[in-house]
Amino acid sequence: MNFAVLVFPGSNCDIDMFKAVEDTVGEPVEYVWHTATDLSSYDVILVPGGFSYGDYLRCGAIARFAPVMAELKKAAEAGKFVLGVCNGFQILTEAGLLPGALIRNNSLKFRCHPVDLKVENNITPFTNAYAPGETIRIPIAHGEGNYVCDAETLARLKTNNQVVFRYQGDNPNGSVDNIAGVCNERGNVVGMMPHPERAVSELLGSSDGARMFTSVLNVFLSRVEPSAVNGARAH
Amino acid sequence: MKAKVYVTIKENVLDPQGNAVQGALHSLGFGEVAKVRIGKFMEVELDTADRGQAERQLKEMCEKLLANTVVEDYRFELEG
Repeated sequence: MNFAVLVFPGSNCDIDMFKAVEDTVGEPVEYVWHTATDLSSYDVILVPGGFSYGDYLRCGAIARFAPVMAELKKAAEAGKFVLGVCNGFQILTEAGLLPGALIRNNSLKFRCHPVDLKVENNITPFTNAYAPGETIRIPIAHGEGNYVCDAETLARLKTNNQVVFRYQGDNPNGSVDNIAGVCNERGNVVGMMPHPERAVSELLGSSDGARMFTSVLNVFLSRVEPSAVNGARAH
Repeated sequence: MKAKVYVTIKENVLDPQGNAVQGALHSLGFGEVAKVRIGKFMEVELDTADRGQAERQLKEMCEKLLANTVVEDYRFELEG
C-alpha cells in the first residue's frame, strides 16, 4: 500500500506523518510536493498539519489552489483514502472536500495538549480498528480548530454518521456539537484537528493514534487480498 | 479600476476576536460598546475599465478565494 504525505510551503507536521506511517505500518511512504500533478501511484494521501502558505488570508485558503489539489480531488472522487490533520483538515474544508469550516478557537488561545476523543464513527477506513464509542487520547495543537457549519449541514452530518470524533469532557475550541473530526458522505475522506501521528507510541504519551494507520492498511488489504486482514499478511 | 472588498463573519457565526476586542473596549471605559465584529478590508486594483467585467471578476474572486462563504459574507465597491 503506497502512502503519500503532501508537503506545502509551511507544512510542519509532514515528517511526523511520514515517520508515523513507517513506525505503525511500515508500508512505502513518500513526500509529495504541492506542485505535483500526478497522485495515481498512491493509495492513501495524507494532508499534514502546519501553516501552509503562512495561513495567509485564512488557514488552508491558498493551499487549496496548489496544483496537487486538483489531483487530490480526483483521488477522493476515485475513492482513494484521504486523511487531513489539523491544517490538512482546514485545507480539505476550504477545498470543499469536507463540509464546514474552522475558525478561531473561542478562547483565542493556541491550545496544545492531549485531549480525550470519542470515536463516533468506526466504519471509516481510518477508524475501523477502534471500538464504537471508544475513548482515545490524542494531542491537539491549533489556534483555529473551532468547527463551524450551519444547522442544516450539522443535521446532515448526524444523519449520515459523518461525525467521526467528538471531544470528550472539555471542548478545547468551541467547536459546534464538540466535533473534532468529520468525514465525507462516502467515508473515504476524513479530516480531524487532533494529531494521530503524534500519538503512535507510549513514549509520546499515547499510542492511540497508531490504529488510524493500521485501520487503513486493513481496509486496503481486505480489498486486494481478502484473507489477509488484521496484520495476517507477513511483511 | 480600484475595488474595495469587505469580508465579514456571518451574523450567526461567533466572532471570538470581536468579543475580545469588545471586552477590551469595556475595560477601557467604553461601556456603551454593545457589539464588535471583526472582518477584513482589501483593496484590489483591476487592470480594466469595464465595470461589468470588473464586477463579475470580483464576485468570482470573492466566491473562490477572498471569502469562505461557509462562515463569511462579502461585499465590494468599485471606485471610478
